[in-house]
Amino acid sequence: MPVFNQSRQNVIRLIFAATFLIIVVRLAVLQVFSSKYGEQAFSNAVYKKTVYPGRGIIFDRNNKAILNNTIIYDLTVTPYEIKQVDTSYLCSLLSIDTAEFKARVVTAILKNGRYRPSVFEGLLSIDLQAKLEENIWRFPGFTLVERPIRTYPFKAGAHLLGDIGEVDTTIIRRSNNFYQMGDYVGRSGIEQYYESVLMGQRGVQHLIKDNKNRIQGSWEGGKYDTSAKAGRNLRTYIDIELQQLAEKLMANKVGSIVAIDPKTGGILTMVSGPIIDPNDLTGSTRQKNYAKMALDVSAPLMNRATRGLYEPGSTFKPVGGLVALDLGVVNAGYGVACSGAYYGCGKVIKCEHHNPGHAANLRLALANSCNSYFSQIYRMTVDNPKDHNTKAGYTRWKDYMNAFGWGEKLGVDLPNELPGSIPDTTLYNKVYRNQWNSCTNVTLGIGQDKMQVTPVQLANAMCVIANKGYYYTPHFVEKIDNETPADSILKPFRIKHEPLTHIPDEAYEAIHAGMQDVVESGTARVAKIPGISICAKTGTAEKYTVLDGHRIKLPNNSMFVCFAPRENPKIAIAVAVENAGFGATWAAPIASFLIEKYLTDSIRPEKLKDVERIAAANLMPAYLKRKQFIADSTRAYYYFNLRKDSSYIKKYLNQRSAKVENPRQDNNTVSSNKKAVVEKKQKQTAIIKQQISAPVAYKKHNNSPNRNILFYKEEFLFVDDKHFKKQIMA
Amino acid sequence: MSLNKPEISRGIDGLLLWLYILLCCIGIVSIFAATYREGDDIVRTFFSFKTDYSKQAIFFLISVVAGTAVLLTDSKFFTATANLWYAFGILLLLLVFPFHSNVKGTKSIIKFGNALQLQPIQLCIVFANLALAKYLSRVETDFTKTRSQLIAAAIVIAPAILAIAQSETGLALVYFSFFLVMFREGLPAIILIIGFSFAILVVATLLVDPNILALILTVIAGCAIYLMRRQIKRYKSVLFSILGIWIVCVGIQRFAVPFIFDHVLEPYQVKRIYDTLGKDYIPKDAAAAADIAKNSETKKDDGDYNVKQSKIAIGSGGLTGKGLLKGTQTRYSFVPEQRTDFIFCTIGEGFGFVGSMIFLSIYIALLFRIVTIAERQRSTFSRCYAYGVASVLFFHISINLCMTMGLAPVIGIPLPFVSYGGLSLVTFSMMIFILLRLDKDRQMVLR
Repeated sequence: MPVFNQSRQNVIRLIFAATFLIIVVRLAVLQVFSSKYGEQAFSNAVYKKTVYPGRGIIFDRNNKAILNNTIIYDLTVTPYEIKQVDTSYLCSLLSIDTAEFKARVVTAILKNGRYRPSVFEGLLSIDLQAKLEENIWRFPGFTLVERPIRTYPFKAGAHLLGDIGEVDTTIIRRSNNFYQMGDYVGRSGIEQYYESVLMGQRGVQHLIKDNKNRIQGSWEGGKYDTSAKAGRNLRTYIDIELQQLAEKLMANKVGSIVAIDPKTGGILTMVSGPIIDPNDLTGSTRQKNYAKMALDVSAPLMNRATRGLYEPGSTFKPVGGLVALDLGVVNAGYGVACSGAYYGCGKVIKCEHHNPGHAANLRLALANSCNSYFSQIYRMTVDNPKDHNTKAGYTRWKDYMNAFGWGEKLGVDLPNELPGSIPDTTLYNKVYRNQWNSCTNVTLGIGQDKMQVTPVQLANAMCVIANKGYYYTPHFVEKIDNETPADSILKPFRIKHEPLTHIPDEAYEAIHAGMQDVVESGTARVAKIPGISICAKTGTAEKYTVLDGHRIKLPNNSMFVCFAPRENPKIAIAVAVENAGFGATWAAPIASFLIEKYLTDSIRPEKLKDVERIAAANLMPAYLKRKQFIADSTRAYYYFNLRKDSSYIKKYLNQRSAKVENPRQDNNTVSSNKKAVVEKKQKQTAIIKQQISAPVAYKKHNNSPNRNILFYKEEFLFVDDKHFKKQIMA
Repeated sequence: MSLNKPEISRGIDGLLLWLYILLCCIGIVSIFAATYREGDDIVRTFFSFKTDYSKQAIFFLISVVAGTAVLLTDSKFFTATANLWYAFGILLLLLVFPFHSNVKGTKSIIKFGNALQLQPIQLCIVFANLALAKYLSRVETDFTKTRSQLIAAAIVIAPAILAIAQSETGLALVYFSFFLVMFREGLPAIILIIGFSFAILVVATLLVDPNILALILTVIAGCAIYLMRRQIKRYKSVLFSILGIWIVCVGIQRFAVPFIFDHVLEPYQVKRIYDTLGKDYIPKDAAAAADIAKNSETKKDDGDYNVKQSKIAIGSGGLTGKGLLKGTQTRYSFVPEQRTDFIFCTIGEGFGFVGSMIFLSIYIALLFRIVTIAERQRSTFSRCYAYGVASVLFFHISINLCMTMGLAPVIGIPLPFVSYGGLSLVTFSMMIFILLRLDKDRQMVLR
């Protein structure tokens, strides 16, 4: 009998106790002394879903919603739930084949897993959505999911309203990861500038998910959820009817229109040609249209009102006159005897008028737009005896320009505004090696030379003149709904800038009188509206461009500035139509219609025909076609080189017509030398065409190692080598 | 023990019975917490017998009914039939080989139709316990003799070998817990110490660089020789035995352990052991890698994932827990196998450190109670049997809890009375009820 082993029961008890002690210690370590497990369990099971608020709505001055929200649908698929789907019917609805269907399901599984929904077909068109909604019961595992998009009910204001798009990595980084992949953010226009106001406040929903990422309901009954706050609406100065009219008039033209209310600085209308329909950049068609527009050399996506740089031409003259008057170098009665040109400097500056006395005083000179007169007073301004030398005089003149808001950014509430260019003396010193005088840049006096302004700056200068010295920074947004003192975004637009109020009223009156004469009896009689006193100035600026390595002269830019009525200015307008000709021909009537529409709310019936005529006119510069071809073929060649796939350039090789129909019809001086070059290239084309006569054979060659032989890289025809390399380098 | 009590409950150890019932109820509640789906009608699903918790409740009732039947038998029945049961168990184990069905990679289960599963190796624990008790309590057994010790060891190791042959290593290890019984009955302590030392050496081999470990062992041997230099002067044999131990240790560390890991254990088992120790296991060849891939294909068998999620579940419970049905880890199936082997996660997450401590104290109370009961038996059979029950329960509890907390490799060992599983609940219940029946006649000397 092993009675003597009885003491061993205590050993066994000890073993039990020791083991349990180890377990207890371990338990304490896990549960009491480490916090990471709680966090891990939280991130395992709780899915923080961001709830997106509706974006703010933008209203015009008459409280019409010009940028609104609407709903579009995505078709999503949860691969796990696909059972007995009528695949062929679904495929026929979406017009895809079964292979594509399978590929998309596989992609969905790879991207989001079997148990979570992924987008199968995004941004459905309305027809398709209706058909799918009817038949969705046939497709278990597929669901239609709402997605809010922006809509522009008046189909107008693409450039100023802007668009939203998915964030990219740069935006995410800049926002310190505030935005997440897949978020939408304003990418241009007011949408971008007022992003912080329009976006509202995102909410967070805490959802429970299981080990397969399936949502199981809300966590803790939604105790920690925050609700989304809708974006705030913007009330703007925009007159949407005026905007629509302006866009109609600007159709098929390159240029810009800006109309500002001088009293408030509120922008009534801002147009940039070529016109685009803002709805093209939302919803299902966005990607396709955006790519097309981005590659268009006429740059329809660029807002020329803030980014287009124009020589003001004669429209500068009221400004030049005002500066001269203020400096006292001339008085309103000063006159110049012009015989059709200015001979004061070595080069001859032509004037449109010959009759003596057309520049007998400032008023007449303005009305007749005398180049001699304004060249002369520019020189007198710069060579002011009060200043020690020309450079000091020039600097003073430049300060005046800056006071008008030229040569520096105005601070319009749109992103990426350009400052234009009023060069300072250092530039002239550099170019002319310190040897320059008032004659060197005398054409500044008639708005040419190195002076460049944006249409919105031009319109702002009109505001300054109309207001007799003060202006508000041009802006769109009058107020934000539920505005709080914390909203500093509108503060800069409520500051009254008074850079030129020291100029005596008489000086302004003299300029106003001259400008009124422009319409009454001068160059812009076409813009006359009975009963409204319009002050205006036409402009015609010379343009050149480089095409195929040659500098060619383009048709002049048609410019026009005005404000009305003279006594109590309510609207100031700047119009620029590129390569259209005289300012009085195109720009002046456009501005006139806008004034009439804005001030009388309608256009006289007899003028409607003119409106239609101008709206129908196609003034797209001819050289753009050629530039487009160069850009497209260069890009094609680049991709051909990159991918070694000749299908990229085949189109351009065969397109003989594009070559023969030389689009340089603006330039009548194709030299015999150039003709020889063209002929030589045509021969080369013929040779290469022979070599690739059979497209089938050429396809086969595509995979051969020496496929490059088919295409003579150095002799790639349509594009000038120089230009070509430059483009590729860029 | 008043006389007016009914016959059946006279002499029954109330504390043990209540602890048992309490644990079974905790088990049902835990399974309920782990498998209940939001929106189900609790009452209806409880009586539908389709959900796991209602099935577990049924098995509990079956166990109680069967247990009552056990209590009604004569206590001599067990001593008389112990060897018979053992033979029956071995027969069942052998029958497994031709008739087993492949479930979850084990070959130890016989299926009857769709619903009923039998794993003889579990059942056999009771039979082996009875047989061992029977052998140790024989008058002619002299347990001081090596021969008797070997026979006793053979009784418990035979089913274990069959279990290993059926790829059920986890349950095979359970049989080694019977060595505690033998220790109580006079097995030299040195065997336990050697076993324990071997385990430490294996772990050390895996954790420490082989050369450094060899150096450490040599230093220990050197120290031992220095400290025992007087004894060595007198008896040269001490020196030889120290050197012998040293050689054996280095041999184990150098050759035996790598051999076991490369040739005896399956690669996935090796990986689980490595996972537990927090080391990366690099499969030595393509076949081993394939075996691991096969086993971790379903996350169920990926020990590392299981343990990680299980630790998160227990750890996230904190001091006081998230409350019943509030544990996100267990409610949303992050912990695989949580109603069976990882059931402790539900308790740890739901009731935190405090709840777990109460739960553990119930277990330790149960174990100590059984030891107390064992020591008050007059017959060796009952005592051995009681120690067998305590050892088996102890092994299950400690290994299972260590497993869920990442202290032991993942081997499929259930938590007694709590884990979901009809057979395991019935088996453990039978052990307890037989113990209660034997304890009822603790004044008798059973042979």
